[in-house]
Amino acid sequence: MSARLSAPDRTHALERRAHPVVRVLALRGVVVLWELVTRTGWVPALFLPSPSGVVEMLASGELLVHVATSLRRLLLGFGLGALLGVSVGLAVGFFSLAEAVGTPLIAATFPIPKIALLPLLILWVGIGEASKVAVITLGVFFPMAINTYTGVRNADPLLIRAAVSFGAGRFSLIRKVMLPSALPMIFAGLKLGAGTALLLLVAAEMIAANAGIGFLVLHAQNLMETTKLMVGIVLLSFLGIVSHWLLVRLERLAIPWKA
Amino acid sequence: MRVAVERVSKTYADRRGASVEALRDVSLTVDAEEFVALLGPSGCGKSTLLALVAGLLAPSAGAIYFEGDLPPGRAATAMVFQEFALFPWRTVQANVEFGLEEAGLPAAARAARARDLIQLTGLAGFEARYPHQLSGGMRQRVGIARALAVDPAVLLMDEPFSALDAQTRQLMQEELLQIWERTRTTILYVTHNIQEAVYLADRVVVLSRRPGSVLATVPVGLARPRAEAMLGAPAFIAAADRIWSLIKSEAREALREAGA
Repeated sequence: MSARLSAPDRTHALERRAHPVVRVLALRGVVVLWELVTRTGWVPALFLPSPSGVVEMLASGELLVHVATSLRRLLLGFGLGALLGVSVGLAVGFFSLAEAVGTPLIAATFPIPKIALLPLLILWVGIGEASKVAVITLGVFFPMAINTYTGVRNADPLLIRAAVSFGAGRFSLIRKVMLPSALPMIFAGLKLGAGTALLLLVAAEMIAANAGIGFLVLHAQNLMETTKLMVGIVLLSFLGIVSHWLLVRLERLAIPWKA
Repeated sequence: MRVAVERVSKTYADRRGASVEALRDVSLTVDAEEFVALLGPSGCGKSTLLALVAGLLAPSAGAIYFEGDLPPGRAATAMVFQEFALFPWRTVQANVEFGLEEAGLPAAARAARARDLIQLTGLAGFEARYPHQLSGGMRQRVGIARALAVDPAVLLMDEPFSALDAQTRQLMQEELLQIWERTRTTILYVTHNIQEAVYLADRVVVLSRRPGSVLATVPVGLARPRAEAMLGAPAFIAAADRIWSLIKSEAREALREAGA
């Protein structure tokens, strides 16, 4: 007689549970702990301001002018860098002459830490807004150009053949096959570029500026205004989260076929 | 319109730079409203021949002629691909309109023409879907609709159903025959499947192994419209046997070579 054995679930160890409660508690718990630590005076406010103090200053709106200044630099630099990067990436990906000129130039200049170019940029375009926007533009340009180029080069040759067989010319090919093929890579580049843009913004504002969040953070530290410093950091993390969220939403709109 | 392939040879360089002779001295014709199948063992250059007719490649020797008048606004050829080659970012409607866009048709005319073809190929109700939301059979309907939309003088089909499962394939053959009965589009159809070639075509051009050359042209003595019952008809079996006897040794050699 044969025994009945129920089959075991051997993939049990691989199961990944969602832990929804822990997820919500983790961030809140840290904030509550932080508030407690500052309330009890265990850590002096000079080193660690309380979250409630930070929220109060954020709500007062006295720092909005810095946010506006930084946001303008960020949007201009990011927009310009993305536009230039995508255009150059498309051209280098499609035209062999542009590729012959572009790839060695990009390979040679890509590794330069962009912030090291800020002094040169200040010399060239002045210490005002232009040099800050320019350094962000440069920082965004490279990931955008490289990602767009890769996306175009990886376009499915079969789709290119299909388009050509239906009479598509060069510009039709670029617009209707290469560009949509490269869109997922372009959005990956935009997300990378957004992080780089924020980093360069803060660095540039710490080196040479009299307004902006980076300036705010450095200035507050000099004056030992730790709450203000912390507000600057919170603002920056906010900018990072919001820009990423916006890009993810935009990506879903722009690439509906990947849903 | 009539297509004449005259003494066409094609040699190309492979990735390592060695020259490969794909086709040698191939001549064939496809008459207006004729359905011709191009059949041969794998690697006989039949897809290369189709690409030559489509103008995607240039012959190394010989020439391809289109005889007769091509009315303005009509494409000489349009291609249906084995792997469908649909644009994943375009909906069914937009995929069908692609060739019409390139032909410069205004938007309203494109939409109307695409609707007709979507109706003809049984895609009604799927206009707004993206290719990844469709089954293989439905995707190839889009491929056929896209090609027929430009009203080609010759429809080129490169193993259009070989990526489909056997049952879907059978159904799609029936549908293609129905579409052909209605449109009478001239078709040059590449396949390696003997039953498919005999069932669909008026004539089967049999190619040899690489370098591909014409072994024989086998006429199929089956009436139109074709029906599934004809799959066991004496004329069907005679044509299939004749073709198999022509390529049996070739196919065996190909198998042996692949194993070595």
